Amino acid sequence: MENQFLKYEKKLIKSGLAEDGDPLLGILDAKIKWNKKDKAGKVFESIFESLNINSLIFSKPKEPYFSIINYLAKNSDGIIRPCDCETRTFFHDLPVSDKFNTDAIISRLKKRKCVIIPDYGIIATGMVSIEQAFITYSSVCFSCFVKFFSDYLYAIKYNKPDKRFIQIFEKVLNFVSPPLSFNHCLLQGPFNSSTDVLNALTEAGKLMVDLKLVDSFFGNISYCYNDTLFISQTGSSLDELEGCIDLCPLDGSSCAGITASSEFPAHLDIFKKTGHKAILHGHPKFSVILSMDCEVTNCSNKGLCHITCPCKRNVCGIPVVSGEVGSGTCGLCNTVPEAIIDKPGVIVYGHGIFTSGIKDFNEPFMNLLKIENDCYKEYLNRVYTKLHSKR
Amino acid sequence: MFGWCGKILKIDLSEKRYNTFIPDPDILIRFIGGRGLAGYFLKEHITLNWDAPDMPILFFAGPLANTPSPFSGFTNVMSRSPLTGTVGDCSVGGNFGTQIKKAGFDGIIITGKSDTLCGIEIHNSKANIVQVPHMSGMQISETGHLLKDKGSTAVIGPAAETGVLFSNIIFDNNIAGGRNGLGLVFAAKNLKYITVEGTKKTKVSDSNELERSKEDIYRLICASPVLSGNFGISKFGTAAFYDLINGRRMMPTDNFRYSYFEHAQLLNAPSLKKLYRPKEDGCPGCSIMCKRVTQKGISMPEFETLSHFSALIGNTDIKTVISANSFCNETGMDAISAASTIACFSEIHEIKLTSSEILGMLADIADKKGEGELLGQGAARYAKIKGFPDAAMTVKGQELPSYDPRGAYGMALSYATSTRGGCHLSAYPVSYEILRKPVSTDRFIFEGKARIIKNSEDLNAAIDSLAVCRYIFFAASMEEYARVFHAVTGISLSAHELIKAGERIYYNERIMNAANGFSAKDDDLPSRFFNSYGYKGSDIQIRPINRKSFLKARANYYKARGLDKSGMPVAEIIKKLEL
Repeated sequence: MENQFLKYEKKLIKSGLAEDGDPLLGILDAKIKWNKKDKAGKVFESIFESLNINSLIFSKPKEPYFSIINYLAKNSDGIIRPCDCETRTFFHDLPVSDKFNTDAIISRLKKRKCVIIPDYGIIATGMVSIEQAFITYSSVCFSCFVKFFSDYLYAIKYNKPDKRFIQIFEKVLNFVSPPLSFNHCLLQGPFNSSTDVLNALTEAGKLMVDLKLVDSFFGNISYCYNDTLFISQTGSSLDELEGCIDLCPLDGSSCAGITASSEFPAHLDIFKKTGHKAILHGHPKFSVILSMDCEVTNCSNKGLCHITCPCKRNVCGIPVVSGEVGSGTCGLCNTVPEAIIDKPGVIVYGHGIFTSGIKDFNEPFMNLLKIENDCYKEYLNRVYTKLHSKR
Repeated sequence: MFGWCGKILKIDLSEKRYNTFIPDPDILIRFIGGRGLAGYFLKEHITLNWDAPDMPILFFAGPLANTPSPFSGFTNVMSRSPLTGTVGDCSVGGNFGTQIKKAGFDGIIITGKSDTLCGIEIHNSKANIVQVPHMSGMQISETGHLLKDKGSTAVIGPAAETGVLFSNIIFDNNIAGGRNGLGLVFAAKNLKYITVEGTKKTKVSDSNELERSKEDIYRLICASPVLSGNFGISKFGTAAFYDLINGRRMMPTDNFRYSYFEHAQLLNAPSLKKLYRPKEDGCPGCSIMCKRVTQKGISMPEFETLSHFSALIGNTDIKTVISANSFCNETGMDAISAASTIACFSEIHEIKLTSSEILGMLADIADKKGEGELLGQGAARYAKIKGFPDAAMTVKGQELPSYDPRGAYGMALSYATSTRGGCHLSAYPVSYEILRKPVSTDRFIFEGKARIIKNSEDLNAAIDSLAVCRYIFFAASMEEYARVFHAVTGISLSAHELIKAGERIYYNERIMNAANGFSAKDDDLPSRFFNSYGYKGSDIQIRPINRKSFLKARANYYKARGLDKSGMPVAEIIKKLEL
């Protein structure tokens, strides 16, 4: 268990989700083990006793997440309701407990996988592994970030944000990374062996996380080689892809890819429609935020933007399409492949970016980076343009 | 009352009469339905022999059945297992659960013994016991044909009537209520079939809330590669697991002497699809459609049957697999146990059977002819009688399914601790050890698995008690179903409270097994898994399980489960769980 503690503590810190020394991690097998002693240990032991869980993470999030989550929690009715795809699909909503109190915390954790306690932090639980708790913690930070910046832009556009909102916004903006740059070259294709393909996938996945473009579990990646689609497995971590790539023959002769990413149908169709062998998908925050910023006010489709959109939208010249995770009639596999033809990428409403490249990951990686950087700049542009126009 | 009917039908075949009773509403909430309620009502009889007239066989639907709740029409059938002597149960899909509710009941309890072969026909609160001596020895489809206008059916075939210990009850002509030999309990009661149908409606507390909660579940199903992906079970049926399990080098081969089958590509799901162009089939209203039938409507093998009738017995002929599966369905034999017993025979006699010998042996088992009479007692008894007990790949006398425990240690632990013997479904660790849902866990370690297996057993007991399809939980979680439960019943139980009920239900089964003398000595695996490699390759090694680590994990499991060091229930937990 010590290895698990070290791994996820390191991941929390490296991803900028918590400060060194803050995260408390607990795993229960026959008895509970902790990564450190905590003065609130009894509260957490009661949580383990009351719930059908085997792991828990509690931490004060690092800035800007701490201020963002605090603000949203204190301005909520006890539940934060982000509108991004991640929350809608997997978490539904995020409960808040206004007290660090055993009963209050347990009552919320009985219904959801996490609870936010203003001024204290986030408690996330896992039923089968601490990785589950980590993904939940990471998702809470992501969803709240997206909601905060979306809400602020909306407030700027339609009703003046209050003083407190402006103060928090200006504060957290200082913690948001400026546009990222990358001046190196990734492995160059076309690749001539499976080993080269696996190395290229691993390198590109890791780089996405290392540059903090996305958190570990927010994306997937594929490469088509030798009539086989090499694709990251469902629920795999982009920065730990060794051993987590499925090889799916295009002739349909095997079902071994049953554990492939839920976005396999989209990857396959992008390859078929564009001939591009290298495909990247990630959830960088400002692309997600801007994908949900729509100018149409009285739309008959309101509330259904993730399923279908009557308008042809784009952000920074990149098409924005609707589509849910995975397959099905509302799946993004029905919208992304068509939209990506002759474009640097596509943004899926409230979800993330797809990019593709002819022979290796240099082009899709740089495109994804550029789209996110452009969206970041465009976000600030929209905020300050509106702000100045109102003044 | 919302959700439940609040009424249970009790039929006594000895007295040829029936009555109904109203269960305490508190019992309904604490044991939910399906497996939970069946276990609650079985408990007081559990020390009777399986063939004692007073031993009940119970059929329970869940509170969500007969409502628009997704994937909720399952039935749990339970009694004492003739094969293992443990609690014997099976959760099955089909239409039976829904029809029990439509007839106005939450469950049916059958006791007694008819003096001649009989059938039970239930229609809208009324039960009719009919004498059917002419149906003796009749196969499943023939019986089903005669009952086609009488609603949903639960039928036994000739295997149960001749005394095969692993005989099944077949629901709606092609869904096996299998693994424990419960077909034999029917035969012991001289009961050939039950039909049930009705027109009653089940009240739903909040239909709008139910619709909203359904949306969440369907969204998750679309996001699930295992269910809806290009290689998932909605595209290929459960045979889709065949390549994956072999690829992970945990396909039981040659009676578990190896864990990799080099001919797998000849028999995998795409090969089946190409050769047979199967049609989709499944439970009424299901969008997954996990079953496959041939163009002529004959059931295609599920993954476990496909694997065991190929790799386990060294058969590379796909037609033999289809024929064996069809024969098992028609005669009402459990295909996993049948194949495993044949594999045990092959090992003991050091014979590789030809296709015709495999099919001939199945016929001999069903007819109780020649060596078939002994083989019909299952692998454990057969191997013991022949003086080779180690050749039986069983736990508590039940033949193991198609996941080699050396390739997934959570599976190893859950095979050992399952209340119904060697079973992959009690904790279903394949979900996280292989399919990566809800997340992936390291399959080659025991560390942490005790609590995980306990949690999963509780979760699955709750699912079986809600009487919902297990496969949906590759995508959704109890969070979503707690909302469905609330919308239907109006009772606010959180996900964890429902799983807590699952803990109560599971512990109740441990109590019943303990009453029949089951303890730590039975929570164990065949010695082969501790002594030999399954696969030695440059990529993956399937090593023997470290016995010491296994025993430590089992001891941890007992602590997590609240059992004593011998695996026996303790008073403190019995009280805590209000049992």
